[in-house]
Amino acid sequence: MSELVVRGVSKSFGTTPVLRGVNLTVPQGALAAVLGPSGCGKTTLLRIVAGFDTTDAGEVMIDGQVVSAPGSTVPPERRRVGMVPQEGALFPHLSVAGNVGFGLPRRRRSTRVDEMLELVGLGGYATRMPADLSGGQQQRVALARALAPGPALVLLDEPFSALDTGLRASLREDVRVALHATAATAVLVTHDQQEALSTADVVAVLQDGSIAQAGSPADLYSAPRDLDVATFVGEAVLLDAVLRDADAADCALGTLPVHAADRAPGARGTVVLRPEQLLLGPPDRGVPARVESVAFYGHDSLVRLVLADGSVSVTARTMVGHQLHTDDEVGLTVSGAASFFPS
Amino acid sequence: MTPATSTDIGTDLPATAGPLATAPPERARSPRRTGERRPPAVLLAPAGLAAAVAVVPLVYLAIRAAEGGLATVVKVLVRDRTVSLVLRSLALSGAVTVVCLVLGISLAGLVVRTRLPGRRVWGVLVVLPLAVPSYVAAFAWLSMFPRFGGFLGSTLVLSLCCYPYVYLPVAAALARIDPAHEEVSRSLGAGQVRTFLSVTVRQVRPAAAGGGLLVALYVLSDFGAVALLRFDVFTRVIYTSYRSSFDLTPAAVLGCLLVVLTVLIGWGENRTRGRAGYARLGGGAARRRPPTELGGWAVLAVAWCGLVVSLAVAVPLAALGYWLVQGTSAGLDIAEVSVAAGSTLGVSALGAAVAVALALPVGVIAARYRGRLGRLLEQAAYAGHALPGIVVALSLVFLAVRYARPIYQQLPVLVLAYAVLFLPAAVAAVRASVAQCPPRLEEVARSLGRSPAGVLRSVTVPLAGPGVAAGAALVFLTCMKELPATLMLRPIGMETLATELWGHTDVAAYAAAAPYAAVLLLLAALPTALLTHRWGSTAGVSTNAGAP
Repeated sequence: MSELVVRGVSKSFGTTPVLRGVNLTVPQGALAAVLGPSGCGKTTLLRIVAGFDTTDAGEVMIDGQVVSAPGSTVPPERRRVGMVPQEGALFPHLSVAGNVGFGLPRRRRSTRVDEMLELVGLGGYATRMPADLSGGQQQRVALARALAPGPALVLLDEPFSALDTGLRASLREDVRVALHATAATAVLVTHDQQEALSTADVVAVLQDGSIAQAGSPADLYSAPRDLDVATFVGEAVLLDAVLRDADAADCALGTLPVHAADRAPGARGTVVLRPEQLLLGPPDRGVPARVESVAFYGHDSLVRLVLADGSVSVTARTMVGHQLHTDDEVGLTVSGAASFFPS
Repeated sequence: MTPATSTDIGTDLPATAGPLATAPPERARSPRRTGERRPPAVLLAPAGLAAAVAVVPLVYLAIRAAEGGLATVVKVLVRDRTVSLVLRSLALSGAVTVVCLVLGISLAGLVVRTRLPGRRVWGVLVVLPLAVPSYVAAFAWLSMFPRFGGFLGSTLVLSLCCYPYVYLPVAAALARIDPAHEEVSRSLGAGQVRTFLSVTVRQVRPAAAGGGLLVALYVLSDFGAVALLRFDVFTRVIYTSYRSSFDLTPAAVLGCLLVVLTVLIGWGENRTRGRAGYARLGGGAARRRPPTELGGWAVLAVAWCGLVVSLAVAVPLAALGYWLVQGTSAGLDIAEVSVAAGSTLGVSALGAAVAVALALPVGVIAARYRGRLGRLLEQAAYAGHALPGIVVALSLVFLAVRYARPIYQQLPVLVLAYAVLFLPAAVAAVRASVAQCPPRLEEVARSLGRSPAGVLRSVTVPLAGPGVAAGAALVFLTCMKELPATLMLRPIGMETLATELWGHTDVAAYAAAAPYAAVLLLLAALPTALLTHRWGSTAGVSTNAGAP
């Protein structure tokens, strides 16, 4: 399997720029998620990598070989790039076996098809027609079809978005397993933060046509590069703050440690905390606050709190939400470091 | 007669191809992706040729009319006869369209949406009039009631022949509708009737409007029925003036005026089509809606279907049967009938082949490249829509006489006329069939290592082929029924079934005409049966399989 390098890729449709100098490296065998809101250019990026659109500037390399550059494009069928489109796009006139075997030479078909169907958990479905399958099954077939020829790279274009939540989680896991089993390098495009963080080895946030930040899910979540990324990749508590020194800032919750901020002390800005960094305790410990509302999710709860001085409200994630009621008094402490963004 | 041409009829045909409907709907954001690429030259060049073939007669007709000089043109246009001619034509066209909408929508609603006793059988019976050429129906009615005719007679005959053009697209649209909309309407407190009128009918409006447009255009360009029933509309007057006068300028001017009328009607329909796309959020298969119970109304419903079918099919058949019996006793020339049948099959096959060959590049461009150029080519190819057979024939007569004397009244000119007339039907079928194969599927096939040619062979053709074949069959059918262009352009000495029939009704030799009408009916019924069978047997299945 192979490494994907996207270097400075730009693309405009008419006068509308869609991609502006996208840089992205996906190491061999990794699963990268390109995360971005609708219309940020995710799909265009995938189509350029797959060879269905050309690039206006920059280049795409698979395994060190340039496959897309302005004016020269390797045709899709010679790239060894598998695709799993949003809607599956199974060939309606072919059976499941026909679909999975589509990209295989005739003699390898029968054994490889069965193997791939087993891999995606659809052994015994070979003779079904796509119309007889559920949405999740169709996506599994689409994945098997993409993986069957042993592609250098697999592209998944929001493959789970048409499925319901429970199915999505299990299919996501199965896809991870299947990709790892085949050691495939893969790029998953999605607008769903949870999906990106939980599935991918590398997450790249695509905003306004360029990569705002790329890194491991944990890095992205705990050390976002800017406020936009911070709020996009997960729930965030934002508080006005003044930088005290290189690694501490003052805000309504007291003095918090911050990730190295390259600003002079006294700089004004915003600190970002994740709700699970706010710990609830008895009222006499930490910053006093009052419970405003509790949203119970089963595994945990989101608690909205107003600080005792009435100045700010914050959100905390806690496992003991079911014990809390509106107007309960609690004390807030902060675990871990915050991110500081100068304004 | 003009063609069963339409996007909507065309759309139904490929819907026949069953599981094809699994093809995912294009998302709202995708036009950008597929839209702005320029079609490649291998498509553009032949598409340009097709567009030229479609447009040349129209242009030449205008040139020929203008050659008469402005004064003559104005003189022809402003005379009282012309004004009343316009009014009569529009009145007939409007009346037939309204009747067809009522018949088509009511029958489609009953057959598709209710537990009508014997609905499968009715589903086949109600489209049979497609196989009855309007002049054969007119001949049948006239042969029984010699005083039959005029406005009311023409309205009746044409409506009974044309309502399937509304029925078919509406029935297909009804079968396709996502029941969720209706359920929402019911849950919001609207009753069954109000839901049908305010939700269901609204959803089939584009289909009904498309069908209505076909009917209106058919009536404006129909020649045989109105000529037999002695109702002076454009086509009959143009033919008379072509036959009877030395100066052909008035015929050319009236031809142009008729074209302008048809264009205006088409434009009007386009305006009313509405902007609403019928969206389905997300995936999941649309469920199939259980048919409505009719209860006590079943009797009335069956009576209604029975009445329409007997007037549209049984009456003409009975009349033909009667005259056949009369005619056989008077001696039937089987050799002559079979010669005419042979030449009809031959020229129709040629016409269909040429029309579909020309339509392929245009249809592919229309389905895949929604740029300005693509639209322009498609519109040009649709020119035949606005060109009644009589006008195309007239124009080709002018052209051949002036520039291609040797082939005047030879086979190529007639085949060319068929191609011009039926290009729209062929383009619509190709376009709809190609749309059954979304570019996404081809892209996936490419990414799986198939070359463009391989993709064409293994994905595009299997998916789009059945629809194109159905379109070709449809064009073949309409060629066989064609009367005015065949009448004016057929090679000297060649008679087709249509022209033989025409020749005999001219002299009121009903018994002698009957065999031709019967064979014509039989020949036309074959492709119709094929199409409706395919349509009927898979309509249910195909509408159901939603995108994943």
